[in-house]
Amino acid sequence: MELSARERDMLKGGDGEAAHFALSIIVRTGEALGAPRLRSIEHAHIDACALRSPSSLDFIQYLADNGGRVRVPTTTSMISLDLEHWEALGISRDLAEPSLAIAKAYLQVGCRPTWTCAPYQGAFVPQLGQAIAWGESNAVAYANSVLGARTNRTADYLDICAAITGRVPEVGLYLTENRRATRRIQLEPTPASSWTSPAAWGALGTLIGRLSDEQVPVIEGLPDIAPTSDQLKMLGAAAASAGSVGLFHLAGITPEAPDVESACQGDVPEAVLHVPCHQLREAWDELSSPTATGDVDAVVLGCPHFSDREFELLAAAIRQHPGATVHAHTQVFIFTSAAASETARRNGQLKILEDFGITLIRDSCPFYLPVVRPDARLLVTNSGKCAYYAPGELKVGVHYSDLEGCLHAAITGQRQDVDPPW
Amino acid sequence: MRIEPTHILVPGPARGRLLQCRHSLSLWGGVDVATGVIIDQRHDRRGDCITDRILALPSEKGSSTGSAILLELIRRRLAPAAILTIHRAPILTLGVIVADELYGRTLPILTISEHDFHTLEDNSMLHVMKRGVKWELLLETQN
Repeated sequence: MELSARERDMLKGGDGEAAHFALSIIVRTGEALGAPRLRSIEHAHIDACALRSPSSLDFIQYLADNGGRVRVPTTTSMISLDLEHWEALGISRDLAEPSLAIAKAYLQVGCRPTWTCAPYQGAFVPQLGQAIAWGESNAVAYANSVLGARTNRTADYLDICAAITGRVPEVGLYLTENRRATRRIQLEPTPASSWTSPAAWGALGTLIGRLSDEQVPVIEGLPDIAPTSDQLKMLGAAAASAGSVGLFHLAGITPEAPDVESACQGDVPEAVLHVPCHQLREAWDELSSPTATGDVDAVVLGCPHFSDREFELLAAAIRQHPGATVHAHTQVFIFTSAAASETARRNGQLKILEDFGITLIRDSCPFYLPVVRPDARLLVTNSGKCAYYAPGELKVGVHYSDLEGCLHAAITGQRQDVDPPW
Repeated sequence: MRIEPTHILVPGPARGRLLQCRHSLSLWGGVDVATGVIIDQRHDRRGDCITDRILALPSEKGSSTGSAILLELIRRRLAPAAILTIHRAPILTLGVIVADELYGRTLPILTISEHDFHTLEDNSMLHVMKRGVKWELLLETQN
Protein backbone atom coordinates (compact mmCIF):
# COMPACT_ATOMS: atom_id res chain seq x y z
CA MET A 1 0.00 0.00 0.00
CA GLU A 2 1.17 3.48 -0.84
CA LEU A 3 1.52 5.63 2.30
CA SER A 4 2.22 9.36 2.53
CA ALA A 5 5.30 10.62 4.38
CA ARG A 6 3.00 11.71 7.20
CA GLU A 7 1.42 8.26 7.44
CA ARG A 8 4.79 6.52 7.33
CA ASP A 9 5.97 8.71 10.17
CA MET A 10 2.87 7.88 12.24
CA LEU A 11 3.36 4.20 11.51
CA LYS A 12 6.93 4.44 12.80
CA GLY A 13 5.68 5.90 16.07
CA GLY A 14 6.29 9.59 15.42
CA ASP A 15 2.90 10.42 16.97
CA GLY A 16 3.25 8.01 19.87
CA GLU A 17 2.31 4.42 20.54
CA ALA A 18 -1.49 4.77 20.33
CA ALA A 19 -1.39 6.34 16.85
CA HIS A 20 1.18 3.74 15.76
CA PHE A 21 -1.01 0.89 17.08
CA ALA A 22 -4.19 2.33 15.51
CA LEU A 23 -2.53 2.97 12.15
CA SER A 24 -0.99 -0.52 12.09
CA ILE A 25 -4.48 -1.97 12.35
CA ILE A 26 -5.78 0.34 9.63
CA VAL A 27 -2.91 -0.48 7.27
CA ARG A 28 -3.25 -4.24 7.83
CA THR A 29 -6.99 -3.99 7.20
CA GLY A 30 -6.43 -1.88 4.10
CA GLU A 31 -3.96 -4.41 2.75
CA ALA A 32 -6.36 -7.29 3.38
CA LEU A 33 -9.10 -5.43 1.53
CA GLY A 34 -6.87 -4.45 -1.37
CA ALA A 35 -6.87 -0.69 -0.67
CA PRO A 36 -4.27 1.15 -2.78
CA ARG A 37 -3.94 3.92 -0.15
CA LEU A 38 -5.53 5.53 2.90
CA ARG A 39 -7.76 8.57 2.87
CA SER A 40 -8.72 11.23 5.41
CA ILE A 41 -12.06 11.41 7.24
CA GLU A 42 -13.80 14.35 8.90
CA HIS A 43 -15.85 12.64 11.60
CA ALA A 44 -16.06 9.30 13.37
CA HIS A 45 -18.91 7.59 15.19
CA ILE A 46 -17.79 4.90 17.59
CA ASP A 47 -19.70 1.65 17.97
CA ALA A 48 -16.80 -0.15 19.67
CA CYS A 49 -17.94 1.17 23.06
CA ALA A 50 -21.13 -0.94 22.90
CA LEU A 51 -20.00 -4.42 23.87
CA ARG A 52 -19.38 -5.11 27.54
CA SER A 53 -16.49 -7.58 27.20
CA PRO A 54 -12.98 -7.79 28.68
CA SER A 55 -11.43 -7.50 25.21
CA SER A 56 -13.48 -4.39 24.48
CA LEU A 57 -12.02 -2.72 27.58
CA ASP A 58 -8.50 -4.07 26.89
CA PHE A 59 -8.54 -2.44 23.48
CA ILE A 60 -9.59 1.08 24.40
CA GLN A 61 -7.59 1.00 27.63
CA TYR A 62 -4.45 0.29 25.60
CA LEU A 63 -5.14 3.30 23.38
CA ALA A 64 -6.01 5.55 26.35
CA ASP A 65 -2.97 4.46 28.40
CA ASN A 66 -0.64 5.14 25.50
CA GLY A 67 -1.64 8.71 24.81
CA GLY A 68 -4.39 8.07 22.26
CA ARG A 69 -6.29 11.18 21.22
CA VAL A 70 -8.93 11.53 18.49
CA ARG A 71 -7.91 13.74 15.56
CA VAL A 72 -11.42 14.37 14.20
CA PRO A 73 -14.71 15.21 15.94
CA THR A 74 -15.95 11.88 17.28
CA THR A 75 -19.34 10.86 18.69
CA THR A 76 -20.19 7.67 20.59
CA SER A 77 -22.89 5.10 19.89
CA MET A 78 -24.84 3.36 22.63
CA ILE A 79 -23.11 1.67 25.54
CA SER A 80 -24.19 -1.24 27.77
CA LEU A 81 -25.51 1.04 30.50
CA ASP A 82 -27.75 4.01 31.27
CA LEU A 83 -24.80 5.95 32.61
CA GLU A 84 -26.81 8.22 34.95
CA HIS A 85 -29.70 6.01 36.01
CA TRP A 86 -28.34 2.46 36.19
CA GLU A 87 -28.72 2.16 39.95
CA ALA A 88 -32.35 3.25 39.83
CA LEU A 89 -32.90 0.62 37.11
CA GLY A 90 -31.60 -2.08 39.46
CA ILE A 91 -28.44 -2.80 37.46
CA SER A 92 -25.77 -4.39 39.66
CA ARG A 93 -22.43 -2.72 40.22
CA ASP A 94 -20.67 -5.81 38.78
CA LEU A 95 -22.46 -5.30 35.49
CA ALA A 96 -22.07 -1.52 35.53
CA GLU A 97 -18.38 -1.26 36.30
CA PRO A 98 -16.94 -2.61 33.04
CA SER A 99 -19.23 -0.28 31.06
CA LEU A 100 -18.28 2.68 33.23
CA ALA A 101 -14.60 1.89 32.64
CA ILE A 102 -15.19 1.59 28.89
CA ALA A 103 -17.05 4.94 28.85
CA LYS A 104 -14.29 6.63 30.83
CA ALA A 105 -11.58 5.41 28.45
CA TYR A 106 -13.46 6.63 25.36
CA LEU A 107 -13.86 10.04 26.97
CA GLN A 108 -10.19 10.04 27.92
CA VAL A 109 -9.22 9.79 24.22
CA GLY A 110 -11.46 12.75 23.42
CA CYS A 111 -14.77 11.28 22.22
CA ARG A 112 -17.90 13.38 22.70
CA PRO A 113 -20.26 11.48 25.02
CA THR A 114 -23.37 11.27 22.83
CA TRP A 115 -24.11 7.55 23.47
CA THR A 116 -26.64 7.16 20.70
CA CYS A 117 -27.18 4.81 17.77
CA ALA A 118 -29.04 7.60 15.89
CA PRO A 119 -26.45 10.41 15.84
CA TYR A 120 -27.86 11.63 12.51
CA GLN A 121 -31.02 12.86 14.30
CA GLY A 122 -29.19 15.44 16.39
CA ALA A 123 -25.69 14.68 17.68
CA PHE A 124 -23.96 15.06 14.31
CA VAL A 125 -25.52 15.29 10.86
CA PRO A 126 -22.91 14.70 8.15
CA GLN A 127 -23.07 16.52 4.83
CA LEU A 128 -23.56 15.22 1.30
CA GLY A 129 -20.26 13.84 0.03
CA GLN A 130 -18.48 14.16 3.38
CA ALA A 131 -16.09 11.28 4.19
CA ILE A 132 -16.72 9.90 7.68
CA ALA A 133 -15.93 6.65 9.51
CA TRP A 134 -19.06 5.43 11.22
CA GLY A 135 -19.83 2.23 13.05
CA GLU A 136 -23.34 0.97 14.00
CA SER A 137 -25.04 -0.58 11.01
CA ASN A 138 -28.21 1.55 11.11
CA ALA A 139 -26.24 4.79 11.36
CA VAL A 140 -24.09 3.74 8.41
CA ALA A 141 -27.14 2.98 6.26
CA TYR A 142 -28.71 6.33 7.14
CA ALA A 143 -25.56 8.43 6.66
CA ASN A 144 -24.80 6.92 3.26
CA SER A 145 -28.31 6.59 1.88
CA VAL A 146 -30.36 9.43 3.33
CA LEU A 147 -27.62 12.04 3.76
CA GLY A 148 -25.23 11.04 0.97
CA ALA A 149 -22.22 11.08 3.30
CA ARG A 150 -19.57 8.43 2.65
CA THR A 151 -18.67 5.65 5.05
CA ASN A 152 -18.10 1.95 4.94
CA ARG A 153 -19.76 -0.33 7.47
CA THR A 154 -16.86 0.44 9.76
CA ALA A 155 -16.09 -2.49 12.05
CA ASP A 156 -15.95 -1.94 15.80
CA TYR A 157 -12.33 -0.95 16.71
CA LEU A 158 -11.57 0.22 13.17
CA ASP A 159 -13.87 3.14 14.04
CA ILE A 160 -11.76 4.35 16.98
CA CYS A 161 -8.53 3.62 15.07
CA ALA A 162 -9.88 5.89 12.30
CA ALA A 163 -10.75 8.59 14.84
CA ILE A 164 -7.25 8.47 16.36
CA THR A 165 -5.42 8.55 13.02
CA GLY A 166 -7.94 10.48 10.90
CA ARG A 167 -7.41 7.80 8.23
CA VAL A 168 -9.30 4.88 6.70
CA PRO A 169 -8.50 2.44 3.89
CA GLU A 170 -9.72 3.95 0.62
CA VAL A 171 -12.07 1.16 -0.42
CA GLY A 172 -15.77 0.43 -0.75
CA LEU A 173 -18.32 3.19 -0.33
CA TYR A 174 -15.75 6.01 -0.19
CA LEU A 175 -15.37 5.52 -3.94
CA THR A 176 -18.02 6.97 -6.26
CA GLU A 177 -18.06 3.93 -8.54
CA ASN A 178 -18.95 1.62 -5.63
CA ARG A 179 -21.99 3.74 -4.76
CA ARG A 180 -23.61 2.84 -8.07
CA ALA A 181 -26.89 0.95 -7.76
CA THR A 182 -26.33 -2.55 -9.10
CA ARG A 183 -29.63 -4.16 -8.15
CA ARG A 184 -33.00 -2.80 -9.23
CA ILE A 185 -35.91 -3.60 -6.95
CA GLN A 186 -39.26 -2.62 -8.45
CA LEU A 187 -42.23 -2.46 -6.08
CA GLU A 188 -45.76 -3.10 -7.25
CA PRO A 189 -47.69 0.22 -7.10
CA THR A 190 -49.08 1.01 -3.64
CA PRO A 191 -51.14 3.93 -2.32
CA ALA A 192 -49.29 6.72 -0.47
CA SER A 193 -51.54 6.05 2.54
CA SER A 194 -49.93 2.60 3.01
CA TRP A 195 -46.59 4.23 3.90
CA THR A 196 -47.60 6.43 6.84
CA SER A 197 -46.41 4.07 9.59
CA PRO A 198 -42.65 3.72 10.20
CA ALA A 199 -43.38 0.00 10.70
CA ALA A 200 -44.24 -0.23 6.99
CA TRP A 201 -40.74 1.04 6.23
CA GLY A 202 -39.23 -1.50 8.62
CA ALA A 203 -40.93 -4.30 6.71
CA LEU A 204 -39.69 -2.86 3.41
CA GLY A 205 -36.19 -2.62 4.90
CA THR A 206 -36.26 -6.28 5.91
CA LEU A 207 -37.20 -7.22 2.37
CA ILE A 208 -34.48 -5.00 0.87
CA GLY A 209 -31.92 -6.55 3.21
CA ARG A 210 -32.88 -10.00 2.03
CA LEU A 211 -33.02 -9.16 -1.68
CA SER A 212 -29.81 -7.12 -1.94
CA ASP A 213 -27.14 -9.77 -1.30
CA GLU A 214 -23.88 -7.82 -1.56
CA GLN A 215 -25.28 -5.35 -4.11
CA VAL A 216 -26.25 -1.68 -3.78
CA PRO A 217 -30.03 -1.63 -4.32
CA VAL A 218 -32.19 1.06 -5.91
CA ILE A 219 -35.86 0.86 -5.02
CA GLU A 220 -38.33 1.91 -7.70
CA GLY A 221 -42.09 2.23 -7.61
CA LEU A 222 -42.73 3.97 -4.29
CA PRO A 223 -45.62 6.44 -4.56
CA ASP A 224 -44.90 10.18 -4.65
CA ILE A 225 -44.16 10.71 -0.96
CA ALA A 226 -41.57 12.45 1.20
CA PRO A 227 -40.69 9.94 3.93
CA THR A 228 -39.82 11.28 7.37
CA SER A 229 -36.46 10.87 9.04
CA ASP A 230 -37.99 8.29 11.41
CA GLN A 231 -39.41 6.25 8.55
CA LEU A 232 -36.05 6.17 6.77
CA LYS A 233 -34.36 5.32 10.06
CA MET A 234 -36.59 2.24 10.42
CA LEU A 235 -35.97 1.27 6.79
CA GLY A 236 -32.18 1.46 7.08
CA ALA A 237 -32.05 -0.27 10.47
CA ALA A 238 -34.09 -3.22 9.22
CA ALA A 239 -32.19 -3.48 5.92
CA ALA A 240 -28.85 -3.50 7.78
CA SER A 241 -30.07 -6.23 10.14
CA ALA A 242 -31.65 -8.58 7.63
CA GLY A 243 -28.76 -8.09 5.20
CA SER A 244 -25.46 -6.29 4.76
CA VAL A 245 -26.92 -3.08 3.31
CA GLY A 246 -24.64 -0.10 3.90
CA LEU A 247 -26.17 2.03 1.14
CA PHE A 248 -29.56 1.97 -0.55
CA HIS A 249 -31.10 4.36 -3.04
CA LEU A 250 -34.80 5.26 -3.20
CA ALA A 251 -35.49 6.57 -6.71
CA GLY A 252 -36.82 10.11 -6.54
CA ILE A 253 -36.19 10.34 -2.78
CA THR A 254 -32.58 9.88 -1.63
CA PRO A 255 -29.90 12.38 -2.69
CA GLU A 256 -27.85 10.19 -5.00
CA ALA A 257 -30.97 8.89 -6.74
CA PRO A 258 -32.97 11.71 -8.32
CA ASP A 259 -33.91 8.93 -10.76
CA VAL A 260 -32.93 5.34 -11.48
CA GLU A 261 -30.44 6.28 -14.15
CA SER A 262 -28.54 8.62 -11.81
CA ALA A 263 -28.54 6.02 -9.03
CA CYS A 264 -27.01 3.58 -11.54
CA GLN A 265 -24.53 6.23 -12.70
CA GLY A 266 -25.82 5.86 -16.25
CA ASP A 267 -25.27 2.10 -16.37
CA VAL A 268 -28.76 0.75 -15.66
CA PRO A 269 -28.88 -3.03 -15.11
CA GLU A 270 -31.42 -4.75 -17.33
CA ALA A 271 -32.43 -7.25 -14.70
CA VAL A 272 -35.20 -6.02 -12.41
CA LEU A 273 -36.44 -7.78 -9.27
CA HIS A 274 -40.21 -7.32 -9.20
CA VAL A 275 -41.76 -7.23 -5.73
CA PRO A 276 -45.48 -7.89 -5.61
CA CYS A 277 -47.47 -6.55 -2.64
CA HIS A 278 -47.83 -9.99 -1.10
CA GLN A 279 -44.04 -10.07 -0.57
CA LEU A 280 -44.27 -6.85 1.46
CA ARG A 281 -47.07 -8.38 3.52
CA GLU A 282 -45.02 -11.52 4.08
CA ALA A 283 -41.99 -9.47 5.16
CA TRP A 284 -44.22 -7.73 7.75
CA ASP A 285 -45.71 -11.02 8.97
CA GLU A 286 -42.35 -12.80 9.11
CA LEU A 287 -41.00 -10.19 11.53
CA SER A 288 -43.29 -11.81 14.10
CA SER A 289 -42.33 -15.18 15.55
CA PRO A 290 -44.69 -18.01 14.69
CA THR A 291 -45.03 -18.79 18.41
CA ALA A 292 -45.76 -15.23 19.53
CA THR A 293 -48.82 -15.83 21.72
CA GLY A 294 -49.89 -15.17 25.29
CA ASP A 295 -49.53 -12.11 27.48
CA VAL A 296 -47.22 -9.33 26.36
CA ASP A 297 -44.21 -9.20 28.69
CA ALA A 298 -42.39 -6.28 27.12
CA VAL A 299 -42.92 -3.48 24.62
CA VAL A 300 -39.76 -2.02 23.09
CA LEU A 301 -39.72 1.36 21.37
CA GLY A 302 -36.68 3.35 20.31
CA CYS A 303 -34.65 0.86 18.29
CA PRO A 304 -32.86 2.86 16.84
CA HIS A 305 -33.06 5.58 19.50
CA PHE A 306 -36.34 7.47 19.86
CA SER A 307 -36.28 10.91 18.24
CA ASP A 308 -37.78 14.24 19.32
CA ARG A 309 -40.56 13.71 16.77
CA GLU A 310 -41.32 10.20 18.05
CA PHE A 311 -41.65 11.57 21.60
CA GLU A 312 -44.16 14.12 20.28
CA LEU A 313 -46.18 11.50 18.41
CA LEU A 314 -46.24 9.03 21.29
CA ALA A 315 -47.21 11.67 23.86
CA ALA A 316 -50.05 12.76 21.56
CA ALA A 317 -51.18 9.15 21.10
CA ILE A 318 -51.19 8.55 24.88
CA ARG A 319 -53.33 11.65 25.33
CA GLN A 320 -55.94 9.91 23.18
CA HIS A 321 -56.29 7.33 25.98
CA PRO A 322 -57.09 9.49 29.02
CA GLY A 323 -56.49 7.75 32.33
CA ALA A 324 -54.93 4.68 30.70
CA THR A 325 -51.70 3.28 32.13
CA VAL A 326 -49.30 0.48 31.33
CA HIS A 327 -50.75 -2.95 32.16
CA ALA A 328 -49.49 -4.44 35.44
CA HIS A 329 -47.94 -7.44 33.71
CA THR A 330 -46.14 -5.52 30.97
CA GLN A 331 -42.80 -3.69 30.89
CA VAL A 332 -42.70 -0.81 28.41
CA PHE A 333 -39.36 0.69 27.42
CA ILE A 334 -38.23 3.58 25.31
CA PHE A 335 -34.55 3.63 24.37
CA THR A 336 -33.16 7.05 23.54
CA SER A 337 -30.25 9.43 23.96
CA ALA A 338 -29.79 11.65 27.01
CA ALA A 339 -30.13 14.66 24.67
CA ALA A 340 -33.50 13.56 23.23
CA SER A 341 -34.67 12.63 26.72
CA GLU A 342 -33.81 16.13 27.96
CA THR A 343 -35.72 17.72 25.06
CA ALA A 344 -38.74 15.54 25.84
CA ARG A 345 -38.52 16.57 29.49
CA ARG A 346 -38.45 20.27 28.59
CA ASN A 347 -41.41 19.82 26.26
CA GLY A 348 -43.45 18.10 28.96
CA GLN A 349 -43.66 14.80 27.04
CA LEU A 350 -41.54 12.88 29.48
CA LYS A 351 -43.97 13.46 32.31
CA ILE A 352 -46.86 12.14 30.18
CA LEU A 353 -44.84 9.04 29.30
CA GLU A 354 -43.65 8.40 32.84
CA ASP A 355 -47.12 8.94 34.33
CA PHE A 356 -48.38 6.42 31.80
CA GLY A 357 -45.82 3.93 33.15
CA ILE A 358 -43.08 3.84 30.52
CA THR A 359 -39.47 3.27 31.59
CA LEU A 360 -37.01 5.45 29.75
CA ILE A 361 -33.53 4.03 29.08
CA ARG A 362 -30.86 6.46 27.98
CA ASP A 363 -27.50 5.78 26.32
CA SER A 364 -28.25 2.11 25.74
CA CYS A 365 -30.03 -0.64 23.87
CA PRO A 366 -32.37 -3.54 24.69
CA PHE A 367 -29.67 -6.01 23.61
CA TYR A 368 -26.82 -4.54 25.64
CA LEU A 369 -28.54 -3.64 28.90
CA PRO A 370 -30.52 -6.44 30.58
CA VAL A 371 -33.73 -4.61 31.46
CA VAL A 372 -36.22 -6.90 29.73
CA ARG A 373 -37.13 -9.58 32.31
CA PRO A 374 -35.16 -12.77 31.65
CA ASP A 375 -38.35 -14.85 31.81
CA ALA A 376 -40.09 -12.69 29.19
CA ARG A 377 -41.75 -14.80 26.49
CA LEU A 378 -43.42 -12.22 24.26
CA LEU A 379 -42.08 -8.84 23.15
CA VAL A 380 -43.94 -6.33 20.99
CA THR A 381 -42.01 -3.78 18.93
CA ASN A 382 -42.42 -1.44 15.98
CA SER A 383 -38.77 -1.91 14.98
CA GLY A 384 -37.73 -4.28 12.23
CA LYS A 385 -34.23 -4.32 13.70
CA CYS A 386 -35.45 -5.21 17.18
CA ALA A 387 -37.81 -7.83 15.75
CA TYR A 388 -34.91 -9.37 13.82
CA TYR A 389 -32.49 -9.68 16.74
CA ALA A 390 -34.78 -10.19 19.77
CA PRO A 391 -35.54 -13.92 19.31
CA GLY A 392 -31.81 -14.78 19.34
CA GLU A 393 -30.49 -12.18 21.79
CA LEU A 394 -33.35 -12.10 24.31
CA LYS A 395 -34.84 -15.57 23.74
CA VAL A 396 -38.33 -14.16 23.30
CA GLY A 397 -41.09 -14.45 20.76
CA VAL A 398 -41.71 -11.22 18.89
CA HIS A 399 -44.89 -9.58 17.68
CA TYR A 400 -44.25 -6.88 15.08
CA SER A 401 -46.67 -3.99 15.06
CA ASP A 402 -46.99 -0.25 14.50
CA LEU A 403 -46.90 2.44 17.19
CA GLU A 404 -50.66 2.13 17.83
CA GLY A 405 -50.35 -1.62 18.20
CA CYS A 406 -47.48 -1.14 20.65
CA LEU A 407 -49.61 1.28 22.65
CA HIS A 408 -52.51 -1.17 22.69
CA ALA A 409 -50.19 -3.91 23.95
CA ALA A 410 -48.84 -1.56 26.63
CA ILE A 411 -52.33 -0.77 27.95
CA THR A 412 -54.00 -4.17 27.66
CA GLY A 413 -51.03 -6.52 28.02
CA GLN A 414 -52.35 -8.30 24.93
CA ARG A 415 -51.13 -8.28 21.38
CA GLN A 416 -53.34 -6.73 18.75
CA ASP A 417 -53.07 -8.04 15.24
CA VAL A 418 -52.44 -5.08 12.99
CA ASP A 419 -52.85 -5.93 9.32
CA PRO A 420 -49.93 -4.97 7.12
CA PRO A 421 -50.88 -1.79 5.27
CA TRP A 422 -50.71 -3.25 1.76
CA MET B 1 -9.10 -32.07 -3.54
CA ARG B 2 -7.39 -28.69 -3.45
CA ILE B 3 -9.10 -25.32 -3.55
CA GLU B 4 -7.27 -22.14 -4.37
CA PRO B 5 -8.59 -19.16 -2.41
CA THR B 6 -9.52 -16.01 -4.35
CA HIS B 7 -8.19 -13.73 -1.58
CA ILE B 8 -6.25 -14.22 1.64
CA LEU B 9 -7.74 -11.71 4.09
CA VAL B 10 -5.80 -13.12 7.02
CA PRO B 11 -3.16 -15.81 6.35
CA GLY B 12 -2.36 -18.76 8.61
CA PRO B 13 -2.72 -22.51 8.96
CA ALA B 14 -5.83 -24.24 10.26
CA ARG B 15 -7.51 -27.60 10.35
CA GLY B 16 -11.09 -28.43 11.22
CA ARG B 17 -14.47 -29.73 10.20
CA LEU B 18 -16.51 -27.57 7.87
CA LEU B 19 -19.62 -25.81 9.17
CA GLN B 20 -21.34 -25.01 5.91
CA CYS B 21 -23.90 -22.18 6.12
CA ARG B 22 -26.42 -21.35 3.42
CA HIS B 23 -27.24 -18.02 5.08
CA SER B 24 -24.98 -15.08 5.82
CA LEU B 25 -24.40 -14.34 9.49
CA SER B 26 -23.98 -11.38 11.79
CA LEU B 27 -21.71 -12.54 14.62
CA TRP B 28 -23.27 -9.97 16.95
CA GLY B 29 -26.89 -11.00 17.39
CA GLY B 30 -26.07 -14.24 15.62
CA VAL B 31 -23.61 -16.03 17.92
CA ASP B 32 -23.61 -16.37 21.70
CA VAL B 33 -20.26 -14.98 22.83
CA ALA B 34 -20.32 -17.18 25.94
CA THR B 35 -20.72 -20.48 24.06
CA GLY B 36 -19.97 -19.97 20.35
CA VAL B 37 -23.45 -21.28 19.47
CA ILE B 38 -25.42 -19.75 16.56
CA ILE B 39 -28.49 -18.05 18.08
CA ASP B 40 -29.94 -16.24 15.04
CA GLN B 41 -33.34 -17.96 14.95
CA ARG B 42 -33.64 -17.31 11.21
CA HIS B 43 -30.29 -18.90 10.38
CA ASP B 44 -30.05 -22.33 8.75
CA ARG B 45 -27.41 -23.50 11.30
CA ARG B 46 -29.01 -22.17 14.48
CA GLY B 47 -28.02 -24.29 17.46
CA ASP B 48 -24.66 -25.32 15.95
CA CYS B 49 -21.42 -24.28 17.63
CA ILE B 50 -18.81 -22.47 15.51
CA THR B 51 -15.90 -23.15 17.90
CA ASP B 52 -12.95 -24.88 16.19
CA ARG B 53 -14.96 -25.35 12.98
CA ILE B 54 -14.04 -24.06 9.53
CA LEU B 55 -16.93 -21.63 9.28
CA ALA B 56 -18.10 -21.20 5.68
CA LEU B 57 -20.45 -18.25 5.11
CA PRO B 58 -21.55 -16.70 1.81
CA SER B 59 -20.85 -13.31 3.46
CA GLU B 60 -20.88 -11.41 6.71
CA LYS B 61 -23.91 -9.25 7.35
CA GLY B 62 -25.62 -7.15 9.99
CA SER B 63 -23.87 -5.57 12.93
CA SER B 64 -20.52 -3.79 12.87
CA THR B 65 -20.00 -5.28 16.35
CA GLY B 66 -19.24 -8.59 14.63
CA SER B 67 -15.55 -7.71 14.97
CA ALA B 68 -15.89 -7.20 18.72
CA ILE B 69 -17.69 -10.54 19.13
CA LEU B 70 -15.00 -12.33 17.11
CA LEU B 71 -12.25 -10.69 19.18
CA GLU B 72 -13.94 -11.82 22.39
CA LEU B 73 -14.51 -15.35 21.00
CA ILE B 74 -10.79 -15.50 20.16
CA ARG B 75 -9.88 -14.28 23.65
CA ARG B 76 -12.09 -16.99 25.17
CA ARG B 77 -10.75 -19.63 22.77
CA LEU B 78 -14.24 -20.16 21.37
CA ALA B 79 -13.49 -18.90 17.86
CA PRO B 80 -13.75 -20.90 14.63
CA ALA B 81 -10.54 -22.53 13.32
CA ALA B 82 -10.88 -20.53 10.10
CA ILE B 83 -13.50 -18.55 8.18
CA LEU B 84 -14.29 -18.98 4.48
CA THR B 85 -16.51 -16.53 2.61
CA ILE B 86 -17.42 -15.82 -1.00
CA HIS B 87 -17.47 -12.03 -0.54
CA ARG B 88 -14.73 -10.24 1.39
CA ALA B 89 -15.58 -9.87 5.06
CA PRO B 90 -14.07 -6.60 6.34
CA ILE B 91 -15.71 -6.70 9.79
CA LEU B 92 -14.53 -10.24 10.60
CA THR B 93 -11.09 -9.48 9.15
CA LEU B 94 -10.71 -6.50 11.45
CA GLY B 95 -11.68 -8.62 14.46
CA VAL B 96 -8.87 -11.07 13.72
CA ILE B 97 -6.28 -8.35 13.02
CA VAL B 98 -7.08 -6.74 16.39
CA ALA B 99 -6.84 -10.13 18.14
CA ASP B 100 -3.41 -10.59 16.59
CA GLU B 101 -2.23 -7.09 17.63
CA LEU B 102 -3.73 -7.30 21.12
CA TYR B 103 -3.32 -10.96 22.11
CA GLY B 104 -1.02 -12.42 19.45
CA ARG B 105 -3.75 -14.88 18.42
CA THR B 106 -5.14 -15.20 14.94
CA LEU B 107 -7.13 -17.39 12.56
CA PRO B 108 -7.18 -17.45 8.76
CA ILE B 109 -9.93 -15.78 6.74
CA LEU B 110 -10.05 -16.66 3.05
CA THR B 111 -12.45 -15.98 0.23
CA ILE B 112 -13.20 -18.73 -2.26
CA SER B 113 -15.20 -18.73 -5.48
CA GLU B 114 -18.94 -19.24 -5.38
CA HIS B 115 -18.47 -22.47 -7.34
CA ASP B 116 -15.92 -23.84 -4.85
CA PHE B 117 -18.09 -22.71 -1.93
CA HIS B 118 -20.95 -24.87 -3.18
CA THR B 119 -18.78 -27.92 -3.84
CA LEU B 120 -17.75 -28.07 -0.17
CA GLU B 121 -19.52 -30.66 1.91
CA ASP B 122 -20.66 -29.95 5.43
CA ASN B 123 -18.61 -31.64 8.12
CA SER B 124 -15.75 -32.60 5.78
CA MET B 125 -12.24 -32.19 7.21
CA LEU B 126 -10.33 -29.25 5.75
CA HIS B 127 -6.76 -27.99 6.06
CA VAL B 128 -5.68 -24.45 5.37
CA MET B 129 -2.00 -24.85 4.50
CA LYS B 130 0.84 -23.26 2.65
CA ARG B 131 2.21 -24.85 -0.51
CA GLY B 132 5.28 -22.97 -1.70
CA VAL B 133 4.32 -19.33 -1.28
CA LYS B 134 0.58 -19.88 -1.69
CA TRP B 135 -2.11 -20.69 0.83
CA GLU B 136 -4.61 -23.29 -0.20
CA LEU B 137 -7.45 -25.40 1.11
CA LEU B 138 -6.98 -29.13 1.17
CA LEU B 139 -9.91 -31.45 1.56
CA GLU B 140 -8.94 -34.52 3.57
CA THR B 141 -10.24 -37.68 1.95
CA GLN B 142 -12.27 -39.81 4.28
CA ASN B 143 -11.33 -43.40 4.91
